[in-house]
Amino acid sequence: MIELEGLVRCYGEREALSDVSLSLPQGQTLVVFGPNGAGKTTLLRVLATLLRPHAGAVTVLEHRLPEESWQVRGRVGLLGHDPLLYRELTARENLRYHARLHDVGDARVEDLIQAVAIADRADEPLRTLSRGMIQRVAIARATLHDPQLLLLDEPYANLDPSAIDLVAPLIGAQTGCTRVVTSHDPTGGLAQADLVVGLRAGRAVLVKPAGEIEPREIAELYR
Amino acid sequence: MNASSRHPAGSTEIDHRPPGDGERASRPSVPGLRTLSILTVAAMGIALCLVFFYAPIELEEGLLQKIFYLHVPLAIVSLCGFVLGGIMAIAHLRTRDRSWDLRSYVTIHMSLIFGVGVLLTGSIWARGSWGHWWVWSEPTLVSYLIVFLLYATYQPLRFAIEDPERQARYASVFAIVAGAFVPLNFLAVRLSTSYLHPRVLGSASNLPGSMRFTFLVSLVAIALLFATLCSYELTAKRTRMLLRSRSRILGYQ
Amino acid sequence: MSSVARDTPAGTDARTGDARSGSPGTLTVIGALLRKELLVELRTLESIPGMSLFAVSTLVVFHFALQRSTVDGDLAAGVLWVTLLFAAMLGLNRLFVADAEQGGFDGFLLAPVDRTAMLLAKALTLLAYLLVLEIVAVPAFALLLLGPPLGPTLPGLLAILALADVGLALIGTLIAALAVQTRARDLLGPLLALPLLVPIVIAGARASAPLLSAGHAGALSARWLAVLALYDLVFGLIAYAVFDFLLED
Repeated sequence: MIELEGLVRCYGEREALSDVSLSLPQGQTLVVFGPNGAGKTTLLRVLATLLRPHAGAVTVLEHRLPEESWQVRGRVGLLGHDPLLYRELTARENLRYHARLHDVGDARVEDLIQAVAIADRADEPLRTLSRGMIQRVAIARATLHDPQLLLLDEPYANLDPSAIDLVAPLIGAQTGCTRVVTSHDPTGGLAQADLVVGLRAGRAVLVKPAGEIEPREIAELYR
Repeated sequence: MNASSRHPAGSTEIDHRPPGDGERASRPSVPGLRTLSILTVAAMGIALCLVFFYAPIELEEGLLQKIFYLHVPLAIVSLCGFVLGGIMAIAHLRTRDRSWDLRSYVTIHMSLIFGVGVLLTGSIWARGSWGHWWVWSEPTLVSYLIVFLLYATYQPLRFAIEDPERQARYASVFAIVAGAFVPLNFLAVRLSTSYLHPRVLGSASNLPGSMRFTFLVSLVAIALLFATLCSYELTAKRTRMLLRSRSRILGYQ
Repeated sequence: MSSVARDTPAGTDARTGDARSGSPGTLTVIGALLRKELLVELRTLESIPGMSLFAVSTLVVFHFALQRSTVDGDLAAGVLWVTLLFAAMLGLNRLFVADAEQGGFDGFLLAPVDRTAMLLAKALTLLAYLLVLEIVAVPAFALLLLGPPLGPTLPGLLAILALADVGLALIGTLIAALAVQTRARDLLGPLLALPLLVPIVIAGARASAPLLSAGHAGALSARWLAVLALYDLVFGLIAYAVFDFLLED
């Protein structure tokens, strides 16, 4: 599903990702740990086809990046720090815009509006909504087109516990989707992981199945 | 930087080091540069001799007309430089090889410097011929000013983008658009100028034999000068980059 | 340029088995983008009122700067084109700002669509802004400063404006996309665009001067219309070829 071999992505002369290799089978969850600036977001953006790899072999959903990026786009859902939504438009207008870009019908938009429980505020400009509500709309946007791969950058950041339960069917392990999730929580993150990657300064210092790792190893990364 | 040693093939690789083998490039083409420099000095010497001792003194303008042998070659070479910079930019976008971007940058930069010379000599000539430091009736000079103003924004554009990869990419896009602009601009300005003044600049094709020969030699000399200066600047930049990447590997940064 | 992998689906989507989502056609995408642009502009009213007001203010400034109550011929053409050009710069500056600041680029880049659709949609948007600008500015110009009556020569003037607007929209979109991701974006946009737009000003002013003259001495010159058309064609093709490189990373 995801095969990385010696992935390098540079920013100027600095290597934001340096020789990252891992293999994630279909349907499994990869959790990425690491301090800020370690390259977690860069890794997600490379997998989302937003950044080209500068060296190394990257295969996502059986297609090589960057040559076959366009085959992968549309089957990947990215939830980053930026909700990727227009503040002046309503939730419904934002979702319909993304739906049209992904050739998805309006019915699906309505389903998702119900699923993330923003139906009563769906016609107000996004800038009037709280961070948590915007995050829920962003989740709706990321899953609108039924992606086969979910890339989630700290997905539960602005959500309260009830909201987390609400969105679990969309982005949680129960979806059966292949997922890559970044996390700062050793125990919580480990619980949902099948494979764990620890990044530090762009290097993958830790690549192990979840069963073979203890939380203290993850805490070491942040030292 | 060991990225390229791990996966040498493929267009996804960036080129931080000078193109070619790292060891060979540690003494970058010094012999070639020396030959080029000697040729340039020789050509310029010959051109100067021809200008002052061979070419006749023009009836109307006198000695001032000799600046024509500097002004027009500078203009032709720099305009070709601008267009060449655009072509190199196309190569950069196609191959994603950063050395093409470096070449494009140096070529455009040098053309801009030559451009200052074009405007200065053009202004001096205008002052001598028509009494004003600037004339709007000479279409090639006016077109050149517009092209100069456009390319003067090239460096501010580059320095306003921090990410080096994006900087190279955007600069290449600009160089391509600007390169295509050069001929179009000349056409538009040429069409718009009313021919009140005799167009001395454009009359290079009607020159008598001795003047034409001098002109051609001057053109070759200026072109060689351009190539030499560009080579020097390229070598200097590559050496600097090599030094930086080596010291980075050794951990000095 | 076409031999470089352009990162676009070659034709219709080749995937099978996914009934829900596919690769939408370029026209659909342009439509979706235009609808989004229109909605954002209607809600924020950033570009159109600003450009129009600026144009009218500029005309007033011209009255005082030139110390004239009417202009005609060359001078009229000059005043009109300078006013339109500088108001267009305002529109250019705002064109991609919402996308750059609110993650609009990423959202678009994640979609399985032909990226040139953004060039077309944005150029059409800027074109629309320019047309609205002219609906305000040209009558204002005729009212405030223009000496000769505009009526008889209006069709010719509109033809010139239409061709010029296409060129303005294309170059404006390309430069706006270039400038928006740089540090000094409000400064760099006009700085890059103005020299590139000089041929449009030359052709536009030369073509419209006879139409704005007292006594209607001139007819519509085919030569200048041809220059404008050539400019539009050349830069349209170039913009189409290079635009992708501005979006990707």
